[in-house]
Amino acid sequence: MTRDPVLKITAKFLIPLIMLFALYVQFHGEYSPGGGFQAGVIFASAIILYGLVFGVEAASAVLPMSFLIRQAAAGVLLYGGVGVVSMLLGGQFLNYNLLAADPVSGQHLGIILVELGVGLTVTAVMVIIFFVFADRNRP
Amino acid sequence: MIMDNLIALLVIIPLLAAPLCLLLPARWSWLLTTAVSWLVFGLTILMLYQVDSQGILSYHLGGWEPPWGIEYRVDALNALVALIVAGIGAVVIPYARLSVRAEVAADNSAGFYAAYLLALTGLLGITLTGDVFNLFVFLEISSLSSYILISQHRERRALVAAYQYLVMGTIGATFLLIGIGLLYGMTGTLNMADLAERLQEVEQTRTVYTGFAFIVVGASIKLALFPLHWWMPNAYTYAPSVVSAFLAATATKVAVYVLLRFLFTVFGVEFSFRSEFFQSALIFLSVAAVLVGSALAIVQINVKRLLAYSSVAQIGYMILGLALLNLLGLTAATLHLFNHALMKGALFLALGCIALRMGATEISQLRGMGKRMPITMAAFVIGGLSLIGVPGTAGFISKWYLALAAFERGWWPLILVIVVGSLLAVVYIWRVVEVAYFQESEDQSRCEAPLSMLIPTAVLALANIYFGLDTRLPLYLADSAAQLLLGSAP
Repeated sequence: MTRDPVLKITAKFLIPLIMLFALYVQFHGEYSPGGGFQAGVIFASAIILYGLVFGVEAASAVLPMSFLIRQAAAGVLLYGGVGVVSMLLGGQFLNYNLLAADPVSGQHLGIILVELGVGLTVTAVMVIIFFVFADRNRP
Repeated sequence: MIMDNLIALLVIIPLLAAPLCLLLPARWSWLLTTAVSWLVFGLTILMLYQVDSQGILSYHLGGWEPPWGIEYRVDALNALVALIVAGIGAVVIPYARLSVRAEVAADNSAGFYAAYLLALTGLLGITLTGDVFNLFVFLEISSLSSYILISQHRERRALVAAYQYLVMGTIGATFLLIGIGLLYGMTGTLNMADLAERLQEVEQTRTVYTGFAFIVVGASIKLALFPLHWWMPNAYTYAPSVVSAFLAATATKVAVYVLLRFLFTVFGVEFSFRSEFFQSALIFLSVAAVLVGSALAIVQINVKRLLAYSSVAQIGYMILGLALLNLLGLTAATLHLFNHALMKGALFLALGCIALRMGATEISQLRGMGKRMPITMAAFVIGGLSLIGVPGTAGFISKWYLALAAFERGWWPLILVIVVGSLLAVVYIWRVVEVAYFQESEDQSRCEAPLSMLIPTAVLALANIYFGLDTRLPLYLADSAAQLLLGSAP
């Protein structure tokens, strides 16, 4: 945690931009380089920056550990759930073709949902790793 | 829908149950894990029937055709290994509730069951997949979750043991990945069947030889072939009892399966065993594993560690069967996968009962246990007899076939090795039995383990006798798997 006002204001200015960029990478993952993993890491870096500048307590007040663990689990479930839905629709596991009326929009929908699951899990796990290491010396 | 997606469901159900464990209240996690393990076991039996009636099953993940997409491909060998994994998983998990409560910190139990489900996912995934990169991914899933499982014991030494296993396991997995990468570079494919075809055109290149070497060494680390076994005794000794039983009965078996699959299906017998040096090296190492593993087991004072060294020796028998390279030898190797899972499962579960009551598994703690925990010790003795290979137990059948295979080759010294290995097993099992039955303890009160732990232990112990007398099922499966492996040679 720092008392330097320049650092605080710069961080406050940058954090929303980093988050916005993360969302951009997330939702353009199907067309351009990027996707859930990269977006998740970028999003997590915004929260890690917040933790570095304003202290780990402040960051874990925003995202408590119990919430992060559930978020990580929910991301995996979303990914697998898409596969199960495509199985229930009569296809193979993760066959996106059947998710919408025509295969092309089915593939779009499938990839967006799966990448969202990846993004949720990667963000949560990255922040968990940061918290675990940062909290190590505290009782 | 269930029958169409049967193979994929075997992997997906435990995979999705793992995050559910973390989302649901902690008291439900054991119940969910039990339900999932039994469901998976049921589905494995269904799959076994399907393989038997239809031959090779193939499933295209995501609807992508192989060799481009990931294919799950199940034949007699996969089905047998999947049966071992799912069966041990189903027997072990009812036992886990009380044992885990005693040995794992309470606030970790949901995470423990999630990691257990992921380990089950990984092991089943390795077994079922027909894609070498997918195999690596599942290997990592199962390895990472088993490091976590081992580290969960309350004693801090478990952390060091898990870390040692992590270092060795990572080296093994990396070697495997380097090998797979080299093969991919030469052939441009990752599908096992496709790889087997394309490798024939380029098999005389140095890249393929290097890939072969990396894969064999990587798999040997994972299956703890002597002298790459040193991570195993610590990992099995300090892990929670349930984890020792589950991993000893399944993880090394799956690693042996990986080696079999690469040597016989991907590379083919002719390529793998073209140089006689490789065959004699495997035979030498497996003989050394049998003798050194058994000898080291004799001098241990912790019974869990004793069993871990005995596992090193038993893996030696499996690799010996593989290296004999005839139908009987491969039958013996695959049969021993099945039988060894039964005996080591029973022995480690019996030890878990003792650990619950005595808090430790040093040999001196077992004094008078024959009277104090008669059923547990009876299960231990049956498991021990099977380990020795006494006629009428499952262990006898696999050793018999192994001896027959060596006889068919006319390699008499190997039969001697099998006999000496069995005699050494008599010594280390007798040490435990002697303390438990012939030494008196001050405390004579009965302290039998609770029923939920006794029943799984007894089931596995009785299975050792049942499959020693009625060998139809494992023998049929092992025989068709061995025929398939040798028949798949180009």
